[in-house]
Parts: sequence; structure tokens; C-alpha cells
Amino acid sequence: MSFNVLSNQKLSENVFQMDVEAPLVARSRKAGQFVIISVDENAGERIPLTISGANPDKGSIRLIYQRVGKATAQMAQLGVGDALGYIVGPLGMPTHIEKFGTVVCVGGGIGGAPLLPIATALKEAGNTIISILGARNQELLILEDDFRAVSDELIVLTDDGSHGRKGLVTEPLKEVCSRNPKPDCAIAIGPAIMMKFCCETTKEFNVPTQVSLNTIMVDGTGMCGCCRVEVGGETKFVCVDGPEFDGHKVNFEQMMKRMGAYKALEQKALENFKDHKCRVGLKK
Amino acid sequence: MTELSEKLQQLIEKQNAGELKAKDRYEIPAQEMPTQDGGQRRGNMNEVALGYTKIQARLEAMRCLQCKNAPCVEGCPVRIRIRDFVIAIAKGEDEEALAIVKENSLLPAVCGRVCPQEVQCQERCTVGKKFKDPEKSVSIGRLERYVADLAKADSKAPKVASPTGKKVAIIGSGPGGIVVAADVRRAGHEVTVFEAFHKPGGVLVYGIPEFRLPKSIVQEEIDVLKKMGIEIVCNFIVGRTRTIKELMEEDGYDAVYIGVGAGLPKFMNIDGEHLVGVYSANEYLTRANLMKAYQFGKGADTPIAVSKNVAVLGGGNVAMDSARMAVRLGAENVYLVYRRSEKEMPARIEEVHHAKEEGVQFRTLQNPKRILGDEQGNVTGMECLKYELGEPDDSGRCRPVAIGGSEFMMDVDTVIVAIGNGANPLIEQTTPGLEFNKWGNIVVDENCKTSLQAVYAGGDIVLGAATVILAMGQGRIAAAAMNSYLAE
Ligand SMILES: Cc1cc2nc3c(=O)[nH]c(=O)nc-3n(C[C@H](O)[C@H](O)[C@H](O)COP(=O)(O)OP(=O)(O)OC[C@H]3O[C@@H](n4cnc5c(N)ncnc54)[C@H](O)[C@@H]3O)c2cc1C
Ligand SMILES: Cc1cc2nc3c(=O)[nH]c(=O)nc-3n(C[C@H](O)[C@H](O)[C@H](O)COP(=O)(O)OP(=O)(O)OC[C@H]3O[C@@H](n4cnc5c(N)ncnc54)[C@H](O)[C@@H]3O)c2cc1C
Ligand code: SF4
Ligand code: SF4
Ligand code: FES
Repeated sequence: MSFNVLSNQKLSENVFQMDVEAPLVARSRKAGQFVIISVDENAGERIPLTISGANPDKGSIRLIYQRVGKATAQMAQLGVGDALGYIVGPLGMPTHIEKFGTVVCVGGGIGGAPLLPIATALKEAGNTIISILGARNQELLILEDDFRAVSDELIVLTDDGSHGRKGLVTEPLKEVCSRNPKPDCAIAIGPAIMMKFCCETTKEFNVPTQVSLNTIMVDGTGMCGCCRVEVGGETKFVCVDGPEFDGHKVNFEQMMKRMGAYKALEQKALENFKDHKCRVGLKK
Repeated sequence: MTELSEKLQQLIEKQNAGELKAKDRYEIPAQEMPTQDGGQRRGNMNEVALGYTKIQARLEAMRCLQCKNAPCVEGCPVRIRIRDFVIAIAKGEDEEALAIVKENSLLPAVCGRVCPQEVQCQERCTVGKKFKDPEKSVSIGRLERYVADLAKADSKAPKVASPTGKKVAIIGSGPGGIVVAADVRRAGHEVTVFEAFHKPGGVLVYGIPEFRLPKSIVQEEIDVLKKMGIEIVCNFIVGRTRTIKELMEEDGYDAVYIGVGAGLPKFMNIDGEHLVGVYSANEYLTRANLMKAYQFGKGADTPIAVSKNVAVLGGGNVAMDSARMAVRLGAENVYLVYRRSEKEMPARIEEVHHAKEEGVQFRTLQNPKRILGDEQGNVTGMECLKYELGEPDDSGRCRPVAIGGSEFMMDVDTVIVAIGNGANPLIEQTTPGLEFNKWGNIVVDENCKTSLQAVYAGGDIVLGAATVILAMGQGRIAAAAMNSYLAE
């Protein structure tokens, strides 16, 4: 099976959207699930990415990814005619979709990508969708039009005010929660720190909040325990028990520490990769 | 060397004359396995045990008394005709020996290396009994490895019967799955093996390290399957990519074998287990073996902790492998922390010896109480308790009892938890109607058939953590049952 790249497009400074062949995944995936990919079959790192859309007829899935380290930098260089080393999935439990009433969907940065299929499915199930989309600046804001299309109300912000409101997503989230009637539930996906503060906000108003965790993973099948987090005092594996959990019960402090485990090593890998790239460039 | 070959020559003459007596046999020294030097191998991933030479193999085989009742055979889960293959080696008929081994074992190069022989075939050996030392038994495993390795170059695919039009799905490509695939394919059925990882082989590739079981040996077995016309589909998770029901009802599979292994690592449930630098052995070994983290930055992209002082918790093969891997990844001190004494360790004796030779420091009758970390969540130490042995428990081993007030600190920056695995719930969650016991293991009958029509299972997912040979044994039983079911 080859996982051919069908398109690979830049959405913003560091965010890309790739359509890639994975017919089996395209057929069985549900909102909220993810895949593990590797750029190089033999030596590449296995990295988890949310399936942000799929076309079962074409046999393709859509990945939206942020260039942060070596693997995602390698992905960004691929084009039509290239292929990923492998894709495995769909992994994780699908999002529980039902008619809750009004749902606030909060997406921070790249978090908008995994959030979109969930918001879409919730909308289809008859919910009223209030979306809050935030990013550091206009350059990093993604999927605004897609969210507008599935939302009854959309609030856009940037940290620096370069687009939409100036501020952090927790501010409009607080306002929405203060409304009468308050929303029935919330979903927050983005950087761990953002999810943590969103949960603190909604907790005050007793609005149940789902979060989608992006821990470091290896196998994605429950075999290694690398993705473990503490939820309500119990150890859970994000790849098989999640990735979505009750945000009010997640130990974010601990999760953020675990996510930093390989920061230094990975920084070095990325630098080596860039160096190598420059030298390759010079030869040409 | 010449001395050995002279000795062998004399023995051969005696043997040919039919004059080799038990007394002569007892006098032949047990042949030591040649190994890479302990210091040297700390720095490489190459196989530690190098294998017998032809002379050694023949001498070792001549130690066998050729017992009429061959008690050793009873100790082998797949009943290899041990006496007969050992006699063949003694006669210099290595090919004949291999043929005998292959009648019952499809993976002799693997089993010869990793079987816990001292509690199986070699435990029953009359020679070991005579010397009151199982380590003095005929080295059946080493002889098995010797003949298996000779076959490597021209290992041919077994004959396949004419097509039956039936399709079989095998879930998981561990030793059990490999054996079922071969046996079912031989009967002429179409076979597909589905594997979740990007490389087939199960624990043989992601768990057991290169220095104990070279990956090329596993790859050769996989190549044989391919030559037999078996399709191996990697990156396919049954239960997620397709369910068992879909495979059978929509994709046309007539029978299914579930060999998904154990998975799901256990933790100790002590404070600090979520700290950075605490690994399950599965994670540590998968990063190091399958993902080649030992080449991080030099061709491989998966990182692993750069550790100075490592504590490995446990006393089984998995713990030994983790400790020896940590040594090779450059740790200065590797402690093996086990709450009973060395005598109770379930690891293979050879691995215990090798670990010690490589400088692993055994800390028996100790167990952690909590793991401590710094602001960033990195491990900075481990508080332990001392233990003593009490009354034997249900398993017959002495129960370890903590000594009150014996707390002390161990200076470590990495902790690897190797205390066993529970059953992976993925198949249970996605296969309604399949019966599981309370530990999450699949319930099967004596033919390895599950509660579902045409669905069979074996290996670790049925037995809990077991061994390669037990998984293979169940595979053979299941394959035979599947073949007769499909013939109906
Ligand atoms: C279930 C799940 C779904 C995900 N979905 C998406 C997605 O749709 N789009 C997307 O861009 N990313 C997603 N991620 C995060 C993505 O897996 C990481 O960004 C990726 O592994 C980074 O790989 P790299 O080699 O490029 O960077 P690395 O070199 O591995 O890391 C670079 C930096 O990112 C940090 N990092 C490493 N792994 C992760 C991680 N898993 N999450 C966050 N930071 C990490 C490192 O600490 C380091 O500082 C998801 C993660 C999970 C667990
Ligand atoms: C580190 C370590 C050292 C060991 N040392 C020894 C030893 O020295 N001697 C010995 O006899 N035994 C040893 N064992 C135990 C032995 O390896 C196992 O008992 C044996 O491998 C079990 O075989 P199995 O057929 O059940 O499958 P496994 O080898 O467990 O393989 C199962 C395969 O199924 C795949 N899989 C899982 N779920 C799915 C799914 N849903 N869809 C598709 N594929 C799936 C997995 O990725 C895996 O490849 C060791 C184990 C470990 C972990
Ligand atoms: S398969 Fe294992 S138990 Fe059987 S003879 Fe070989 S080493 Fe002994
Ligand atoms: S028990 Fe030992 S001596 Fe007797 S036949 Fe078996 S291997 Fe030979
Ligand atoms: S990624 Fe290995 S258990 Fe979740």
C-alpha cells in the first residue's frame, strides 16, 4: 500500500494541509479520531495527527499540521508524487456525538484542525454551535471560513489584535458561559495551557467540557503507556481511552511536563535537519 | 581447538564401534557458549551469544545418554523429538537433525535462543539430574539453535496444497500468528496476516532486543511466509481499521485467528510514576528496538532518555532486556531492583548471567515506595524499602515482606517499570460476543476456539504473559483445528 500525497498546501506561516491516500482509514474513521504517520518507513518517528477530514470515495484523508519539529518539517517539504512512509489508524475513541443543545467549540491555533470535524458532526446532530477561534496572530489563524460555515455564531481573536478581537479565547468563553441560558457543554482543543485555562473558566459555570489531549505517543494501540495521563486520579492512556476526556478532571500540569520530555533532543534533531537542508541547497 | 577435535575424533571412533558408555559421556565437559566479551558488548547491539562450532555441537550432543524414555521431550511444550535430533548431531548428520526439529517447531532459530530451557526440556534431562545441576544438562536449546542456523542460507518454503478457495485472517504477526499462518497456508487456504505495527514479528521485533535475537532471523521467517504466498498487511489495526465482524461478513474471511499478544503495560501505582524519565519496559524497548532510538540523530528520529543512573523494576526477561539495553544506551549505573531474591527471578538463567557480566547491579529484596522529581517533572531519585522473604504464596514462591522503617534513597534519573502486562482491551471493545475472562484474556477451548463461530485465539492474549514456545504451541493447535473446520 502506498500513502501517496495528493496535495500539500500552506495554510499559514507554519500550518499546512495535506490530502493523502489512505483508503482504509478514510472508510472507517469517525470525528475525533487520529492516525499515526511516519515520513520514513524505516527510521522515521511515529507522530499522531488528527484526521481533520476524509473522502472515502477518493480514498483520501486530510491532515492539518503545524511545523514544529523534524517530522512535521519533513512533511511540509513533500508534494504530489511523494508518499508518506506509512499511516495507521483510525486510532482513539470517536467523539461522542449527540444533541446536547448549545455547544461552545473553542479552537486554539492548530487545535482548530481537530475541532472542525467535531463541530461539523455536532452541527449535523442538530446542535447550536458557538465557535471561538484564537491564534497568536493573523498569520497563524486557520480554517476561519470553514468554521463560519458550520457555526451559528463565530468569535475570532488574535493575541496581538492583528485580526478579529484582541485577546485570549478564555475571555469570550467566559462571556458565552455567563449568558442565560448558559451553553449545555463545551469542547476545547488547542495547546495544553489553553485547554487548562478554558477548563478553569467553564468549571466556574459548571459547563461540562471535553478536551482532546495531544500527548507524546509511540504505538497508539495501548501497548507502551507513553501517552498516559491522570484523569480524575486514575491513569488513562490517551491513545485508547481518549484522546477526548472530561477536561475538568485532567491533570494538565503533569501532562505538560510529560510533553516536554524530549524537547532538547528534538530541538537538536530539527537543527541538524535544517543544517543538512542548507547544505543540500548549496550543492544545487 | 586441535585438542578438542582430537578428543572428538576419539569419541567418534568409540561411538562408531558402539563402545561409548554413559561414563564416557559424563566425562565430556559441558560445552560453554562462545560469547562476545562482556566489556566490548556493552558498547554494541550485536548478538551476545555466538553459537556453537561444529566440534562443540558434536561434543555436546555426545553428552546425551539417549535415554529410552527421553524425559526431556515431556518438558518441551511442542514435543520436539529431542533425543533423536541430538543423536543425529552426535552422528554428524546435521541435516537430519534439522528435519526432526522442524517436524514440531517452525521457528527453531528463535526458540533455540529464547526458550527458558532450564524450566522446560533441560529441567527434565537425566544428565542434569545426575549432576544435580540443571545447568549441566545437555544444552538442548543451544543444539537446536546450532542446527537451525545451518539452515539459514537455503531455508525453503514448505509446500502449499492446491487452493481451497477459503480465506483466513490472522491478527497479529507474533510467533503465534506466524505459526498459524504457515500451517493454515500449507493446507491450501488463502492467508492474510494483519499487523498493527509497520514491521511484522510481534514481540520478537519490538520487545526482544537485537543483542539477544537478531532481527534478520525474524525477517527470514517472515520472508518464508511471503514465499508461501501469505499476504502480510502492516499498519492495520483490527478493531479500528476493520473489525473482526467486517472481516468475516464483508471481506469474505472464513476463519480468524487472534494472536494480538498482551500489550497494556502494568505500573506500580506509586507516587511519581508520571514523571518524565519513568518508562514502561514496552515503551523503552520499543523505542530502542523497533524505532532504533540507539541511532537517534544518526539516521533514526525517535528519541530516548539519555540516562546516567537507571533503575529497572522487575526480575523477568523483560527486566533483563531493559537493563541490558540501558547499559548499551550508555548509562553509567544500571540497577535491577527486585523485591524477592535472585532465586525467585523468572528470567532465563543465561540472561541473568549476561546481565551481570555486562555490569548490571542487582538490588534484590528491595522495592520502590515512590519516585521523586524536580520542578520540570524529571526523575531525581527513588525511595525504596528493604524486603525479606516470608511464607510461600499461591505461586509457590516466597512472599516478599517489607521491612518497616527500612526506607533509603536510590540516586536515579530514569526508572523502567518491567512488572508485566495486562490484556489489551481493543479487541474486547470492538468484538461483541467474544468471551473474555475477568483479566481480559480471551476464553478458548482445548482446540483454541473462542466463543465465536470460526474464531480462534492463542498466545499471550489467551495465556496472559507466556513464552514464545507456548504461543507457538497454541498456534499449532489452533491451525489444526482451523484446517479441519475449513475442510468440513
Ligand atoms: C491525538 C493527537 C492528535 C494530534 N493532532 C494534531 C494535528 O491535527 N495537527 C498537528 O499539527 N499536531 C497534532 N498533534 C501533535 C503532533 O503529534 C506533534 O506536533 C508532532 O508529533 C510533532 O512532531 P515533530 O517531529 O515535527 O516535532 P518534534 O521534534 O517531535 O517536537 C517538536 C516540539 O513539539 C513538542 N511536541 C512533541 N510531540 C508533541 C505532541 N504530540 N504534541 C504537542 N507537542 C509536541 C516537543 O516537545 C518539541 O518541543 C496531535 C497529537 C496527538 C496526540
Ligand atoms: C521484552 C520481552 C522479552 C521476552 N523474552 C522472552 C524470552 O526470552 N523467551 C520467551 O519464550 N518469551 C519471551 N517473552 C515473551 C514472548 O515474547 C511472548 O510470550 C510471545 O511473543 C507471545 O506471542 P504472541 O503470538 O501472543 O504475540 P506477540 O509476540 O505479542 O505479537 C502480537 C502482535 O500483534 C499485533 N497486534 C496487537 N493488536 C493488534 C490488532 N488489533 N490488530 C493487528 N495487530 C495487532 C502486535 O503489534 C504484535 O505485533 C518476552 C517478551 C518481552 C516483551
Ligand atoms: S523448543 Fe524450547 S523447550 Fe522445546 S526443545 Fe527447543 S528449547 Fe527445549
Ligand atoms: S533427557 Fe537428556 S540425556 Fe536423556 S535423551 Fe533427553 S537430552 Fe538426552
Ligand atoms: S501511545 Fe503507546 S500506549 Fe498510547
